Amino acid sequence: MAITIKVNGVDRTVDVDGDTPLLWVLRDVLGMTGTKFGCGMALCGACTVHIDGVATRSCITPVDSIGTSAITTIEAISATTAGAKIQKAWLDREVVQCGYCQSGQIMSASALLATNPHPTDSDIENAMSGNICRCGTYLRIREAIKQAAQSSGQRG
Amino acid sequence: MILDHLTSRITDPDRSPSTNDLSRRTFLQVGAAAGGGLMLSLSLPFANGDAEAAGTDGFTPNAFIRIGSDGKIALTMPYVEMGQGTYTSIPMLIAEELEVDLKQVELEHAPPNEKLYGNPLLGGLQATGNSNAVRASWQPLRQAGAVARTMLVSAAAKRWNVDAGSCRAHSGEVLHPPTGRRAKYGELAADAARMPVPKNVALKQPKDFKLIGTPAKRLDTPAKVNGTAVYGIDVRPPDVKIATLAQSPVFGGRVKRVDDAAAKAVKGVRQIVRLDDAVAVVADHMGAAKKGLAALKIEWDDGPNAKLTTDTVAGELEQATLKSGAVAQNIGDVDRAMASAITKVEATYQLPFLAHATMEPMNCTVHLRKDDCEIWVGSQAMAWVQAAAAKTAGLPLDKVIVHNHLIGGGFGRRLEADGVTRAVEIAQHVDGPVKVVWTREEDIQHDMYRPYWFDRLSAGLDAKGMPVAWNNRFAGSSVLARWAPPFFKDGLDPDTTEGAINLVYALPNMHVEYVRVEPPGIPTAFWRSVGPSHNVFVTESFIDELAAAAKQDPVAYRLALLDKNPRAKAVLALAAEKSGWGQPLPERVGRGVSLQFVFATYMAQVAEVEVSKDGAVRVRRVVCAVDCGTVVNPDTVRAQIQSGIIFGITAALYGKITLKDGRVEQTNFDTYQILRMDQAPAIDVHIVQNFEPPGGMGECGTSAIVPAVANAIFAATGKRLRTMPVDATALKQPT
Repeated sequence: MAITIKVNGVDRTVDVDGDTPLLWVLRDVLGMTGTKFGCGMALCGACTVHIDGVATRSCITPVDSIGTSAITTIEAISATTAGAKIQKAWLDREVVQCGYCQSGQIMSASALLATNPHPTDSDIENAMSGNICRCGTYLRIREAIKQAAQSSGQRG
Repeated sequence: MILDHLTSRITDPDRSPSTNDLSRRTFLQVGAAAGGGLMLSLSLPFANGDAEAAGTDGFTPNAFIRIGSDGKIALTMPYVEMGQGTYTSIPMLIAEELEVDLKQVELEHAPPNEKLYGNPLLGGLQATGNSNAVRASWQPLRQAGAVARTMLVSAAAKRWNVDAGSCRAHSGEVLHPPTGRRAKYGELAADAARMPVPKNVALKQPKDFKLIGTPAKRLDTPAKVNGTAVYGIDVRPPDVKIATLAQSPVFGGRVKRVDDAAAKAVKGVRQIVRLDDAVAVVADHMGAAKKGLAALKIEWDDGPNAKLTTDTVAGELEQATLKSGAVAQNIGDVDRAMASAITKVEATYQLPFLAHATMEPMNCTVHLRKDDCEIWVGSQAMAWVQAAAAKTAGLPLDKVIVHNHLIGGGFGRRLEADGVTRAVEIAQHVDGPVKVVWTREEDIQHDMYRPYWFDRLSAGLDAKGMPVAWNNRFAGSSVLARWAPPFFKDGLDPDTTEGAINLVYALPNMHVEYVRVEPPGIPTAFWRSVGPSHNVFVTESFIDELAAAAKQDPVAYRLALLDKNPRAKAVLALAAEKSGWGQPLPERVGRGVSLQFVFATYMAQVAEVEVSKDGAVRVRRVVCAVDCGTVVNPDTVRAQIQSGIIFGITAALYGKITLKDGRVEQTNFDTYQILRMDQAPAIDVHIVQNFEPPGGMGECGTSAIVPAVANAIFAATGKRLRTMPVDATALKQPT
């Protein structure tokens, strides 16, 4: 059936079963491969996108459950204030290794920062512990989020 | 993850000289580049394997440096980026000697060039693993950079009719300071290609390094933070179909019956492919493929391994350690020393099968045509990919084109081409390109696993408690014997024994034997930190047991055995000092130490752990001291140590693959847990500065942390854990 979703500000109509996870619509139907597949069960966070600003695991989100909500993916996160700060901090702190999980990490971190500009260590752990990194970049992720939060403070 | 020893043998002759006789090895050829410019072709020793062993000394280049007339410097090299920073460290070596900025060097993926990868015996050893990239290329890439620089300077001197000695290279230009003339490399490249190749080039002294040793920004990072980086799983050839699969849950089993009616009815499902031991669903997208897979009714014939359990495997290995094996190392007379020892200590250790669980699940895209085959994949071993595809498809090697992509985690998993074989088998039934993607469950249940190990040790101590005899016999799989058979000789291979022999400690009588046992029904493979991932746990746990038996401090006990090994002694002392070793800690908190010399790098770690009343272990802090010789990119060294430690803690606390009824019991990240941010310790890395040849960095952190954690648990609770992962029930505080 034809389903219309709004991805990064653009309406996209796809012809798939309504229970198809958003992840596969993004990756295989729309060709937006920045969002990654890791587990298929919301255990690792690699597939994280924003739905109306909320960090959401796209691998268990049926495409027909989204309605008119706004989907934001890694491809467009730099257009948000929090996303741009997080990406810059990721580069400044040399967070990335293999990089495969980092789309999801950045989406979780930017959702955190957008709602909580000055997260505590425990806020960061709560927001980020659903995202697995097999390269073990957690220490740098934490530092990068703190750096991004500091830059929020400086801008007032 | 191929031979450490092979690498060191090849690089040893060049350990220190600053002037290098280039004629000693035919590793470099220089000529004109197509389209003008200077082309250097290199045969990097490690990547091309052991030419001697392969029975040829022919020149087979596998790395290229092209300086174009437009001034562009392009490097094509055989190593792959898996997150370890190789795409930054390697260009640093060339840029240093070529006198260009790092950002002037553009890196290109090793091309799918059948001539380059056409000889499986030679090219088959082309692999990124065993922490070898910087170690193997340290000398040849700097030499190549120096040769190119020398020829560019000569070309400028000739053009200006001045003495080459009065010119110098700087930042991509040749300068003639007396006259102020200057020329960019691009303008000189075509002329340089016609200059004689220098017989000797002077390499820079470490004090003159501008790039090496400085924290360079990773070159591969920007695309990885904005979603544009393309991993194997992201490729989308036109009209590609997506397939996912169910393989026989028991290794060696077969498909008996398939009812695919419901699967075929799923919207988007195009085709069901039935193989001997697997069924694949081909669809328009992975959502439909997975839905189709769930709708399949498959009956399996489990075959000969239907009853296999982990206990069966462990029992066979235990029995094997009661028989004699191949002698890996013998020093002195252990039996005599044991007979005269005052105290005897005996212990057995076991380590479990482990999955790699790379974040990017296994995948491979294949377009099989009548006369040729195209493969898209992220691989640590391109030549294996090509060979596997050619064999399965029944095509000559030169009809298989391989596109290599970024790797979403390797850790040894992507040194194997089993996934390529499977994808080509499926592609043989599909018209057009097909991307085969493993579900996480298939990825974990059909991995090739870190071998299970059983180790039997005994030691004799003298009146002062110091070891006078050390006996170690261990049994398990030899990965190298399968992966590169020529390196398994007389019952031994250098990977399986690394970390069990040539210990850092002065042991007057030592005897180490290895018994090769290949378990039925479960394939084994290299896993981050390879042989040492097993051996360092055992030897560093056992030395800790000896210290305890001698009622001595674990650090002091080790230091007393290190008088002849100053680099090892220095890292141990540094780690102890920085960790606050000896300072009091709360109840059920303890510090544990480990020391190793593997991958040509010295490393000591102190782990501080807290054991809760119910036995849960938390690693609070890790202090690591490392001497890896010359540091090319210190930020990468720190990153790799942090990474290796987290990877090792995952194994120590959670890592276990078990078999029941021939099936792997773990399925996804709920049953095969990975350390998360809220459990990650603080990690302090202290780097010893020197200019010894570089050691490997990608794996040391992993092998060192596991015994440090086990030793810290002993310090915290008095309980010695001789198997991994940590068994919380054994650590429960009695009430």
